Amino acid sequence: MIATNLDRNAPQQPDPQELAAIAKELRADVLKMLNLAGSGHPGGSLGMADVFTTLWFGGHMHVDPSKPDWADRDRFVLSNGHICPILYAILARQGYFARDELWTLRQLGSSLQGHPDFHFTKGVDCCTGSLGNGVSVGLGMAMAARVQGRDYRVYVGSSDGESQEGQVWEMATAAAHHKVDNLTLMVDWNGIQIDGYTKDVMDVRDLATKFEAFGWHAQTVDGHDIGALNDALNTAKTVQGRPQVLLCRTVLGKPISFMENQPKYHGVAPSDEELAAALVELGAS
Amino acid sequence: MPDDRPRVATREAYGKALAALGAERSDIVVLDADLSGSTKTKQFATAFPDRFFNMGVAEANMIGTAAGLSFSGLTVFASSFAMFAAGKAFEQVRQEVALPRANVKICATHAGITTGEDGASHQVLEDIAIMRVLPEMRVIVPADGLETEQAIAAVAAVDGPCYVRLSRLKVPMFLPADYRFELGKAALLRQGKDVTLVGTGVTTYQCVLAAEQLASAGIRARVLNMATVKPIDTDALLAAARQTGAIVTVEEHQRIGGLGSAVAETVSELHPCPVVRLGMNDRFGESGPGDKLLEHFGLSAPSIARAATDLLTRLGRGPDA
Repeated sequence: MIATNLDRNAPQQPDPQELAAIAKELRADVLKMLNLAGSGHPGGSLGMADVFTTLWFGGHMHVDPSKPDWADRDRFVLSNGHICPILYAILARQGYFARDELWTLRQLGSSLQGHPDFHFTKGVDCCTGSLGNGVSVGLGMAMAARVQGRDYRVYVGSSDGESQEGQVWEMATAAAHHKVDNLTLMVDWNGIQIDGYTKDVMDVRDLATKFEAFGWHAQTVDGHDIGALNDALNTAKTVQGRPQVLLCRTVLGKPISFMENQPKYHGVAPSDEELAAALVELGAS
Repeated sequence: MPDDRPRVATREAYGKALAALGAERSDIVVLDADLSGSTKTKQFATAFPDRFFNMGVAEANMIGTAAGLSFSGLTVFASSFAMFAAGKAFEQVRQEVALPRANVKICATHAGITTGEDGASHQVLEDIAIMRVLPEMRVIVPADGLETEQAIAAVAAVDGPCYVRLSRLKVPMFLPADYRFELGKAALLRQGKDVTLVGTGVTTYQCVLAAEQLASAGIRARVLNMATVKPIDTDALLAAARQTGAIVTVEEHQRIGGLGSAVAETVSELHPCPVVRLGMNDRFGESGPGDKLLEHFGLSAPSIARAATDLLTRLGRGPDA
């Protein structure tokens, strides 16, 4: 969304129904991309579609797709880079590149790598994929705004599985210590990781309590309630002197009935039959 | 004969150079991981508090943060002990500095055996190997204070990742006043036709002393200061192989993967000749004074001279030939 409002912290009031329609189309793109690629991660890509649609199409991201290197743009770092299909679908719809490129995901010569890489893809702000790393890069980007006297914000996508990485908590400690308040972390809290349910693999307990203990402003929000997500983003922008986290309670694979909450779909692409069934469920074609 | 020139550790010269750079350029930002007194970034921190961030005892996050800062056009220096900057944060260096070609200069102090009394856990002996294997990464190991100041200015002037390996041991300011560090170039410190001694960092001074000892035995040793281990100066090595036909490398690092390996890889492709690699022989270090450890592990001048003599004897070109 091209920046038209110079007051970056002005609350946004998008139409939730309009955003829900966009999210549905993005989900369809994700499923088609992954089916064509034959590998990749549908679960989180579908589960975070409402969260990232609200961020990118709700007027919160101050960017200009015709100027991907604009120094004052807001930054977006997808630290759990494996859910990049949803990011690529968003960037295409924003106009960073042609939608047809989506169908080349993960192929040799494609501009869309298996994990985000800014050497290949316009609109991507760094290289991520190894869990725990991107959150620190996001922190550095946010600190750079202070050093350079700029007023951009940095949004970082992360997940409950990623929060098992110690580096996330190194970052959380440092961001609070340095009072970095132009940094908003958006955590996909779906309770599932690649080996199974998080409570069985490695229980991360109450993330809200943990982030609050680290000095963050924490909001737990229904990751599929676009109105609530929008309110939470508006609230985050009013917080001063502290980083903010949106702990997004999501359903992996939503709203595809046979994918929802199934750990298998963390990292298995839909077959042709599954794609067809999923598109029917979505009401997309 | 004692060397009465001032003795300076390369880390001290780094601190001075960084502060000077900070005064010249407002885009210089420095991060440290709770070791600013030891890495000498404190001088910069005191002078430019708005451009210094202490990231605490958390090197992985420091490296990622450094990359993020650089993506907005800042030139970022990140310092810790080499064991932690290169070792603990290796994966962050690979993923967030080398892969994205971030303009981050990792200036790592307390490298090698001369870290001394802290012992094996702090004497990183593998960092040249793991940094030089990374695409995009330049690896620089200055020999004395003068070269360090020039090397810091040079890495600040080029875009992209650099790893600068610095030491705690004080060494004499032995390089001549008109010395000029050039990134990617070896410096010919002494001409010779019988054998080439290649040093990097604190071992270059030992190579110079060894060459003097060899001269008294009639052996004319060439001395190359390989301050840039990557990209390595192939021209200087090709000339050394052709003109001397025998090379001895010396480093306070494992024999596997470091300077010696880089030299052997280069020479074996271009003009094969015997390369004897002096370094840590597949083992860890131990506590002691840095200069004593150099002697103990065979990296001081007498050991270097002996290795060169042995090599020439093996080739039938020894002092008695």
